[in-house]
Amino acid sequence: MSFLSARRTGRRVSRRFTGRDLAVLGVLLGIPVLLDIAIVWGPTLASVVLSFTSWDGIGDITWVGTRNYENLFTNYPQFWPAARHNLLWLAFLGMVAAPFGLLLAVLIDRGARFSRFYQSTLYMPVVLSLAVVGFIAQLVFSRDQGALNAVIGDTDSPTDWLGDPDLNIWMVLLAAAWRHTGYVMILYLAGLKAVDPSLKEAAAIDGAGEAQTFFRIVFPTLRPVNVIVGVITVIESLRAFDIVYAVNHGRNGLELLSVLVTDNIIGEASRIGFGSAIAVVLLAVSLGFVVTYLVQELRGEKNR
Amino acid sequence: MTVHTAPSSARPTAPPAPAPAAARRRIRPGRIGVHAFLTAVSLAFLAPLLLAVYASLRPYDETSEHGYFSLPRHLSLDYYRQAFSDSGMTKYFVNTMIIAVPGVLITLFLASFAAFALARLRLRGGLVLLMLFTAGNLLPQQVIVTPLYVVFNRIPLPYWMSDSMTMFDSYWAVITVQIGFQLGFCVFVLANFMRTLPQEILEAAIVDGAGIWTQYRRITLPLCRPALAALGTLQFTWMYNDFLWALVFISDGDKLPVTSALNNLRGQFFTDYNLLAAGSVIVALPTLVVFLLLQRHFIAGLTLGSSKG
Repeated sequence: MSFLSARRTGRRVSRRFTGRDLAVLGVLLGIPVLLDIAIVWGPTLASVVLSFTSWDGIGDITWVGTRNYENLFTNYPQFWPAARHNLLWLAFLGMVAAPFGLLLAVLIDRGARFSRFYQSTLYMPVVLSLAVVGFIAQLVFSRDQGALNAVIGDTDSPTDWLGDPDLNIWMVLLAAAWRHTGYVMILYLAGLKAVDPSLKEAAAIDGAGEAQTFFRIVFPTLRPVNVIVGVITVIESLRAFDIVYAVNHGRNGLELLSVLVTDNIIGEASRIGFGSAIAVVLLAVSLGFVVTYLVQELRGEKNR
Repeated sequence: MTVHTAPSSARPTAPPAPAPAAARRRIRPGRIGVHAFLTAVSLAFLAPLLLAVYASLRPYDETSEHGYFSLPRHLSLDYYRQAFSDSGMTKYFVNTMIIAVPGVLITLFLASFAAFALARLRLRGGLVLLMLFTAGNLLPQQVIVTPLYVVFNRIPLPYWMSDSMTMFDSYWAVITVQIGFQLGFCVFVLANFMRTLPQEILEAAIVDGAGIWTQYRRITLPLCRPALAALGTLQFTWMYNDFLWALVFISDGDKLPVTSALNNLRGQFFTDYNLLAAGSVIVALPTLVVFLLLQRHFIAGLTLGSSKG
């Protein structure tokens, strides 16, 4: 169904509406649109404006131009580590967790027996909150009593998996991947079910091996799912917050941009302008991906 | 539950077929390898959860001496009792319900109407609005947190609505943000779903003189029941699992929903991780139960958003 034809028939459509119809539309479409603007888009815009000011939330708002950004990039030791961690998060989820989820989906899709069991178990972490995942990670990775050190028999000089700033980000990434893999797997499973089996049969008749069939035939038809998985991975990596906050409030090797924003507004300092500048950096990165995605969606809309 | 609520109706799958097909086939070593691999991964995925349950049943002294990975000497539900009696988990559960139940219902209602208007009525500017909703849901929460924090602090509410006298530190703040933020996702999913419905039904109703409300309430909404069930399940889990909104917008510890309140089980100087494990299990249990009971709705909710009809 195309919105282009909607535009053409727009005039005729609007004549169809009675006064009561317009009232219903005005109120019931108006409220969600206003809410979306008041809660999402207005504050987004306000964040951009506030990022050019200096403000403690109570006193006067003073315009400081790009000073917040200059401080952020040159004078704020946590910024670059946090940005690096966000990128690492993206790389890890995108290059390890997502392909692993795809692999699991392909295997489950082929093996008929117990597939319900595998599917449910692998998906289970997704329904847990990231905060709970963070707490459970502490049980596994804690230094003196943690299960991991017990399993690898590392009791003489135990590794502090979550305390060592060189190591902990990787452990937290494992915990995040625990959840992300299942999410990705479910999306791919749904996509694989939608692949026309006759395509695979045709490929098999033509003598294509399993790997060949997958990469040449199945994978290209999964393109819409790939796009969704990509979007979700980017969004989750930029939003990442709960796990590190649950583990150690995002300090000592677990800095993330989202944590820096939160620290700057609800911490004692209440540096709203500065916190906003960090948020705008997040916004800029995510908007790049969001716009690319929407442009693609729009194109699909027109071809429909 | 009626037959209509089968959420995967849009995507035809044939569950009964594979079992006999697999039995017919010879068992090949490759197949065993696949099952061994999947079993191993499944167990690895379950292990942390089981460990949390195990740790929560044992006293702290014991695990601190022998580690979480040792044979049990005492097993008890003491930590669960403690979590409920001393830490007031019941209260936090009530808080969660106060936020999530209206949150889910209002979100679904508003989103379903908006999706109906955008996907079914062919309004001018509909696509722009749809993009506005969709893109809004993809922004990181931290981008909107700061201004909302400031604004909520300035919106006065009468005492009977909020004992803080402002929107900040009240359930209203969290409910409003949940609705506003989740609207985007729900509109996107429901609009995609509604496009798969035949337009002819609507046209027939219009010929019969049905107004917009009737077209929405009597004709479109009943057809969306599977999508609404799926989304409702998903939204409930998301709102239940939310950590950030309550953390930022509620300062009074007694008003926190259960996921954010979990943080309170952590002592300032000493953290009893077994108590924390019990808390984690308690917090995780409702979503796990909902998941096990409504698995199909869950998965349908997630995939509705990703596969367009």
